[in-house]
Amino acid sequence: MKKLSLPSKLYLIIVFLVLYAPIFYLIFYSFNSGESMNNFESFTLEHYKAVFDDTRLIVILINTVIVALLSGLIATIIGTLGAIGIVSIKDKKMRNVLLSLNNVLIVSPDVVIGASFLILFTMIGVKLGFASVVVSHVAFSIPIVVLMVLPKLLEMNTSLIDAAKDLGASKRDVLTRVILPYIQPGIFAGFFLALTYSLDDFAVTFFVTGNGFSTLSVEIYSMARTGITLTINAISGLVFLVTVLVVIGYYFFNNRAKRIQEGVQR
Amino acid sequence: MTRQRGALFPYIIWIALFVIAPIALVVYYSMLDLSGNFTLANYKSFFTPVYLKMTLTSFWYAFLITLFTLIIAYPTAYLLTKTKHKQLWLMLIIIPSWINLLLKTYAFIGIFGLYGPINAFIEIFGLEPKQILFTDFSFIFVSVYIFIPFMIIPIFNSLDKLNPTLIYAARDLGASGFTTFRRVIFPLTIDGVKSGIQVTFIPALSLFMITRLIAGNQVITLGTAIEQQFLVSQNWGMGSTIAVFLILSMVLIMFLTGQKKGGRVR
Repeated sequence: MKKLSLPSKLYLIIVFLVLYAPIFYLIFYSFNSGESMNNFESFTLEHYKAVFDDTRLIVILINTVIVALLSGLIATIIGTLGAIGIVSIKDKKMRNVLLSLNNVLIVSPDVVIGASFLILFTMIGVKLGFASVVVSHVAFSIPIVVLMVLPKLLEMNTSLIDAAKDLGASKRDVLTRVILPYIQPGIFAGFFLALTYSLDDFAVTFFVTGNGFSTLSVEIYSMARTGITLTINAISGLVFLVTVLVVIGYYFFNNRAKRIQEGVQR
Repeated sequence: MTRQRGALFPYIIWIALFVIAPIALVVYYSMLDLSGNFTLANYKSFFTPVYLKMTLTSFWYAFLITLFTLIIAYPTAYLLTKTKHKQLWLMLIIIPSWINLLLKTYAFIGIFGLYGPINAFIEIFGLEPKQILFTDFSFIFVSVYIFIPFMIIPIFNSLDKLNPTLIYAARDLGASGFTTFRRVIFPLTIDGVKSGIQVTFIPALSLFMITRLIAGNQVITLGTAIEQQFLVSQNWGMGSTIAVFLILSMVLIMFLTGQKKGGRVR
């Protein structure tokens, strides 16, 4: 393999710098004892303290995590079952119709999803708040889970199922002992993606959340609209830390899983 | 696996309630006036110069954002595939995309501010500090910044799948670097580019928090208009009409960038 030329390296470095500069800029000023993101006065941790002292903010943080975990879990269950169901359909046309419908929410703009769900909830009479937010997050996470699980199901050798049946396994056994273990990586990937979609969502939540309930994104939006508050910077610092830890964990987990797999294949 | 139809049940309910019903409701509401009477007045007002101009500018901005994102992302993805430990570098590109969108947008309120680092930099050259926030430049810059990772990922994947012997063959047959790119590399990675355009262009039409936080009221996109009608003016009819046109443009874009998915589903 050729080594990268100097201009190429420079280009990559600049892209990385631009991508990370705003994030580090935010984190840098989270330690500023001044009130703005312009001149750094002296080092302080008071903004971090402010985050942890603000019970309202902590409640919102917990809400955000609960919404993500709960909606991710429900979406993973419905999505996995849906993917298994889709694969079992023999009619090719029917299957393609379902798959196209599955993708509608993935490509739809957030604003349209949010607005249409708002109409839906108002019509059915669901009170806007925790329930409507969780249901919406479940709704837009299901298709992602399906897309993650489907390839695993398709690459599965059907003779595995036939073998299990021949050996006398019940329908339930086939599902829990053969299919689910095989597609497990897809299920985990789907759950993980559902979590990140939920944590990252702003627009849909913004539409379907009532007055009393708020998630981190919505809260940051209303804080940022009033101007610069270094509390947001402290939140960024914390979010960045958690993200990096998750990524490192995921990377090592993945590497280990790969090595184990390779070991088995050898 | 024919007997696993039961698994489909919750999934079908999800499709009916959260895919089909919302679209139907948006179309239905687009034909209602403020007091709930059936009318086509919303469509009539959409075809007035005010809304048509807004739609055109929204498309123009989305086009510019997609273009600049592509120009920056393609070389980055290409160079990334040439690095050692490319998966690790890709991970580093993805990390910023996991930081909450709102936080990244908020960072630019400080960076582009009147006393922010960009203006401080300009002043070194003896130029007057300018208001960069609340201009269309800042809107495009921040959007491009946010979409870069999402454009890089699909392009990286398609470049990574490219068989390198094809490039060697082109070189051996006397093609210059540029010809190899134009005739071999780019056509073979066009699917990645198309997916990248999809994930950039559609959100660029509809993101409303960037326009609100960064562009003030200088830039109004279709998404901003929908949010305005639904949550500020409370005119759901007009909001739904704009949403209908946003959905139509989405379908058009999907059609134009559609990929032949032959054999994807067995």
